[in-house]
Amino acid sequence: MTTNLHEPARRVPDPIAGSRPTSSRLRRASVPAVILLASVGLLTSIIAASLFGSANIDHLDVVSTIMRHIGLGELAPNPPLPRLLDALIWESRFPRVLLSAFVGAALAVSGAVLQAITRNPLADPYLLGVSSGASTGAVAVILLGIGGGISLSTGAFVGGLVAFGLLLVLLGGGRVASPTRVVLTGVLVSQFFAAITSLILMVSGDANSTRGFTYWLLGTLAGARWDGVTFTVVIILAGLLAIQFFASSLDAFTFGWDSAAALGVNVTAVRIWLMVLTSLITAAAVAASGAIGFVGLLVPHAVRILGSPMHRSLLPLSAVLGAILLIWVDTFARTAFTPHELPAGVITALLGAPAFALVLKRLES
Amino acid sequence: MGRINATDLSWSVKGHRLLDNIDLAARDGKVVGLLGPNGSGKSTLLRLLAGLRRPDTGTVEYDETNLRDLSRRILARRLAVVEQDVTAHNHVSVRQVVELGRTPFRGRFDALTEHDQQVIDAALSRVGIADKQHQSWHTLSGGEKQRVQLARALAQEPREILLDEPTNHLDIRYQLELLELLGSLRVTCVVALHDLNLAARYCHHVVVLDHGQVFAAGPPETVLTAELIRSVYGVEVLVDREPTAGTLRITYLAATTSRTDATVVAG
Repeated sequence: MTTNLHEPARRVPDPIAGSRPTSSRLRRASVPAVILLASVGLLTSIIAASLFGSANIDHLDVVSTIMRHIGLGELAPNPPLPRLLDALIWESRFPRVLLSAFVGAALAVSGAVLQAITRNPLADPYLLGVSSGASTGAVAVILLGIGGGISLSTGAFVGGLVAFGLLLVLLGGGRVASPTRVVLTGVLVSQFFAAITSLILMVSGDANSTRGFTYWLLGTLAGARWDGVTFTVVIILAGLLAIQFFASSLDAFTFGWDSAAALGVNVTAVRIWLMVLTSLITAAAVAASGAIGFVGLLVPHAVRILGSPMHRSLLPLSAVLGAILLIWVDTFARTAFTPHELPAGVITALLGAPAFALVLKRLES
Repeated sequence: MGRINATDLSWSVKGHRLLDNIDLAARDGKVVGLLGPNGSGKSTLLRLLAGLRRPDTGTVEYDETNLRDLSRRILARRLAVVEQDVTAHNHVSVRQVVELGRTPFRGRFDALTEHDQQVIDAALSRVGIADKQHQSWHTLSGGEKQRVQLARALAQEPREILLDEPTNHLDIRYQLELLELLGSLRVTCVVALHDLNLAARYCHHVVVLDHGQVFAAGPPETVLTAELIRSVYGVEVLVDREPTAGTLRITYLAATTSRTDATVVAG
């Protein structure tokens, strides 16, 4: 309380304020630098994770193979590999690592956005019922044969979007719904679709199909093939770019919806757009890999704790961190107990529970 | 210095009328006090004025422009709102909160300009919080948070400010300083207040609401009489002039039994 309220506005009133320009210039410069650093970490992770696997392949061979396939063959340090090894890297490992990266990014950003618009630190990508709808879609396709031979992923993607559509209808388009109502409607939709899924499993599930479904439900990236991966990557990439467009509006949500509106944000439109976009990328992620838990809940909190609460940097950093995390979780999941694979979702849950306890402790202080 | 002109505003929720035919005018950098017991409709009226709720009937104009013809973003470049008891859900710093005031001026991907930084610096020192600008907002006291909200509002370079009980968490000194500051800003202010003595001293004009209607409006000297305070607040008071400056002084004597739903006043 050293300064007086009705002191005339001066540009450099005291040594502390005087030091401001330097420190904030530093901070402004450091955000792109951190994002750049994180992106380098992500690229390194993508290459490095492609090295791991049951077949032992030299790292320069892996790098050369990837370079050859993305049109940089001229620069490749090593000669081409036999076709089988080439396919192992390019058709199996690389798309899987790429899928992990995009699923991780989608879940982390989706969580960050939903935490901001519902102002609820416990919000995660599955808050709006998308994953429950996806499960229902998956079992409907596999056990009931609905859709005339479409894949589990397609069924899950459609199911996720149907659940979100139901949520929007229940919210009356979301015009005046409060954050609490959005959260509770999400719970309602989730429970409803979970019940339908259980019902289908009880009535027409046999041991085999139930087991396959359960494995997908736990969250696994084992199904990664180029055709599916390309679809997922395109949807998620487009969604992430569109979401970044709303970053500054999300900052204005810091003190709530009315406060955002008073700062000039069209709250109704921004909220609907962000709910649509997060549901789209979440549905794409779940369809490709099941409901992998904790990434979307934890990564945004970790980035905030690391000191980046504003969404212009929070969203890209969450994306990169989520991508790196899921790449390594999946690498561990597919290599730690060869020839057996663990579902990645089991590992995120195992790591996530204690990590979340740490976050909670940190949030309290 | 902007001008707010509200005519014939009504608003109801589920058939229950919360505001009824309200007229309110504020202009020329004057401070208009919005008075009335809890539940009389002060906060609701401020929301209608801010365009956060749409009135059932009536119009709100800013410098002769109907509120409905202004986009949210254009409105936010002239009108700032300081809400009551806001909480942040993430760990923002004081400066980041004040930066939010530049939202209506910034493009989606623009960094803050040198002008933005100057406006933010000025707003921070204007409310006396510049030395805590890098602290987390959550570590501040209630009064400091309130001042940061005001700094955020000033960073919008507003012509009008609406404030909902801004003196709530402030100690006496900052209550006085805040209202003096509002008076010196050359910004037209509408401020909801509980403290009748502060209203008498700092407001150029007061509007007294009771059960969603304007009970009285005018300069504090003519409006704040013992009869009015008895019938609106249900409190016996002594109204006189304090001897040094001669401003209106209201001394609370006792809650009367004529009004049962508002026996405690002056928070």
